[in-house]
Amino acid sequence: MNYGMILHILGLAGCFEALFLVMPAIIALICGEEVFRVYLFSIVLCAVAGGALVIRKPGKSTMFAREGFVAVALAWIWMSAFGALPFVLTGEIPSYIDALFETISGFTTTGASILTNVEALSHASLFWRSFTHWVGGMGILVFILAIMPNGGNGTTVHLMRAESPGPSVSKLVPKIRSTAMILYAIYFGMTLLEILLLLASGMPLFDAVTLSFGTAGTGGFAIKCDSVGSYTMLQQGIITVFMILFGVNFTFYYCLLTKKRKHIFSMTEVWTYFGIIAVAILAIGINVMPLFESAGEAFHHAAFQVGSIITTTGFGTVDFNLWPAFSKTILVTLMFIGACAGSTGGGIKVSRLILLVKGITKEVSLAIHPRSVRKVRMEGRTVESEVIRSVNAFIALYLIIFVLSVLFISLDEMDLVTNFTAVAATLNNIGPGLEVVGPAGNFSSFSAFSKLVLCFDMLAGRLELIPMLMLLVPSTWKR
Amino acid sequence: MKIIIVGCGKVGATLAEQLSGEGNDIVVIDPNYEKVQAISNAFDILGVAGSGSSHSVQVEAGIESADLLIAVTGSDELNLLCCLIAKKAGNGCQTIARVRSPEYNQELRFIQEELGLAMVINPEYAAAMEMARILRFPSAIKIETFAKGRVELLQFRVAENSMLDEMRIADMDARIRCNVLVCAVVRGEQVLIPDGNFVLKKKDIVSIVAPPKTASQFFKKIRVQTNQVRNTLIVGGSTTAYYLAKQLLAMGIDVKIIDKSRERCEILSEELPKATIICGEGTDQDILMEEGMTRMDSFVTLTNVDEENVLLSLFARERTPGMKIITKVNNTTFDEVINKLDLDSIIYPQYVTAEYIVRYVRAMKNSIGSNVETLYRLVNNRMEALEFVIRKNAAVLNQPLEKLRLKNNLLIACIYRDGVPITPKGQDMLMLGDTVIVVTTNRGLNDINDILAER
Repeated sequence: MNYGMILHILGLAGCFEALFLVMPAIIALICGEEVFRVYLFSIVLCAVAGGALVIRKPGKSTMFAREGFVAVALAWIWMSAFGALPFVLTGEIPSYIDALFETISGFTTTGASILTNVEALSHASLFWRSFTHWVGGMGILVFILAIMPNGGNGTTVHLMRAESPGPSVSKLVPKIRSTAMILYAIYFGMTLLEILLLLASGMPLFDAVTLSFGTAGTGGFAIKCDSVGSYTMLQQGIITVFMILFGVNFTFYYCLLTKKRKHIFSMTEVWTYFGIIAVAILAIGINVMPLFESAGEAFHHAAFQVGSIITTTGFGTVDFNLWPAFSKTILVTLMFIGACAGSTGGGIKVSRLILLVKGITKEVSLAIHPRSVRKVRMEGRTVESEVIRSVNAFIALYLIIFVLSVLFISLDEMDLVTNFTAVAATLNNIGPGLEVVGPAGNFSSFSAFSKLVLCFDMLAGRLELIPMLMLLVPSTWKR
Repeated sequence: MKIIIVGCGKVGATLAEQLSGEGNDIVVIDPNYEKVQAISNAFDILGVAGSGSSHSVQVEAGIESADLLIAVTGSDELNLLCCLIAKKAGNGCQTIARVRSPEYNQELRFIQEELGLAMVINPEYAAAMEMARILRFPSAIKIETFAKGRVELLQFRVAENSMLDEMRIADMDARIRCNVLVCAVVRGEQVLIPDGNFVLKKKDIVSIVAPPKTASQFFKKIRVQTNQVRNTLIVGGSTTAYYLAKQLLAMGIDVKIIDKSRERCEILSEELPKATIICGEGTDQDILMEEGMTRMDSFVTLTNVDEENVLLSLFARERTPGMKIITKVNNTTFDEVINKLDLDSIIYPQYVTAEYIVRYVRAMKNSIGSNVETLYRLVNNRMEALEFVIRKNAAVLNQPLEKLRLKNNLLIACIYRDGVPITPKGQDMLMLGDTVIVVTTNRGLNDINDILAER
């Protein structure tokens, strides 16, 4: 275990967090808010802590998969721990555990909140909350490595692997640095487009920026108590479209932008994802028709909720907790499916689900024809059994973590639906669940212990389980 | 530069590592998914699993935008086919193929020209040429040439009773009266770029830069034999042995080859009528003694088993201390351990192959921006010797060397101006049109301006 290198990476993460914190500080300055000093203090603290670790040169710069996983997991915890400071110091979230929950929820793009009244926060803090979504959406360390001059030797592959969502990491171009740059360019461009469209629709700048950050990272922190319910239909429509777009595998856009347009037709995952969305909107739209005045409105809200849940964003226009059971069940199912691999969304991921179904089909056909030889194929090529195995392991692990988490938080004596959806909403990085934690509710009524369990779930969900679990295994820490 | 490498064997992996380390975009193609996975995990490159001779696989690897395709699979025909397809599928993509079969060796030039290949490399032949070069100048472990052969870089080991033992580098000029520059010293596992106060010790592997004449004077003065060897004993009748023997016989060196296979011996004796071919177990001490190993000038181990080669060489070193010994080692995994043994020259065929190709890539890059004329990788790629030409825009132009803030672990070893090599001193300046040889343990220098420390 190369502790020197891990500390070095943590230091880098600290320095970059100081840079990130400059943004809310500027907002505080513009709005003339008191909290400016708090943010300034946080910047200095992050810079000093990070700088001290960066200056210390690591003895060896070799990193293996193990170091990559641990560095990523620790960096996310470390950044969340520091990112929570402003909330506590401004007194807006007095309890540190609550603040930590809020920050982890931000960085992991969950969007689950413990705040009962969001509108009471200062502009700087509201901005910081949304900004963490944007930073966390694409991955922090990949961003750092993308812009560091010497970033991107072989060892950084391990960091990217640990941080990127999806069953297997696909580089777009040979160099990891160029890949990261392309991804960030697409990410940045799409965010900018959404901000501009929202501005054009008449939304105030601050709202447009924060909501776009929330959409881009598929986070879900809004700056109003009713999430995005009070905006116009057009604005909600824009957000719906962008939520769904950010849940698409970014390779899709890369192929679209480069000359590989033919390739996009063979991307089974993306088309399945669109298919699931269409079916879900149709089913829910028809189901909730009686609740709304017109069919158009029903489908509008159905589309928004479906887009919000499947991409694991977690915005809401209406309280879907009051919807019929059939619609709620579809939404809960969508929670588990999640977005495409290689997008900013969370959940199990559509590609894993496709592989799982294909794997099961293979098993069934093997039972019928015991001697048949059959390879699982996807997107026109054979899937290595290694990948199938890792998908199966992921699902098994996912279930174990899920069940244990529900068990742990059930100590708070909440109802089963609340507990079940609270874990589903955090482990899949969505945000709202049902009942107490529904779109109109929040997570504040949980005990500190339950909040920590949910914090773990959020991080585990964002980092695809393995990195966080590695921290718990003693042999990880042996030299 | 975008380079596609077909085949993830030893040479493919070495190439992928070196070329990606130099900042090229590398895509590897291999039918073995696990190999592709492993290699793209280890280095910052893209892997494509599939057949390199398939057009669609090449397109997936981005042949349209590639500058170079290097085919180094195990099969000659496959390599040539890959290159042909790349030629047609790519947009001006250059191609390099590894062709190792001796059948084709005679026709390499024809193949290269008719198929439009940029380079055809035969690893066994390349390794044999390297060995022949060493046997021509046995006191050196390795010789590289610069400035079109006017300056040489020689590596040699300081012997037990050498006068260089315990000598300070600053005193060398006065005590040996010979103007050579020590540019690097390998001591144990360390590679050091020495300054004037550095003290040489026995068993150090020292690299010097000098014109060939001065170099032979130097070796005479430190009392090391410099003449070409008169005879050589080769154990193992592999293809490399065939190429080597042929080259040595042409140079007038007596060759004796021992191989255990009668069939192989007969082929060799047909092909090499002037060589003495012995059919017997090369690892048998009696046979070695019978064939007069102790009276030989040089000894080359070319069996297919690394362990045998190493042990044979150690045995020969013990029995005949003064003899020049060359050992072929295929497996590069344990090179650090092997280098610690007292083995004299060691040849890793895939390093030789990779080095030839890397040199070609450098030259190709040279035409599109990089300024490196020649590049040698020394001491298992841990040290580089580079040749630059000083152009108009060089930041180092017309400044005394002592005023330049050079990077650590970097040395200007020689300036070659108007046909005269100059051993650089502090007051010397780099002028327009000079050829400069730089020795460094830093990687990835692309321009003469890269020798300066960053401010």
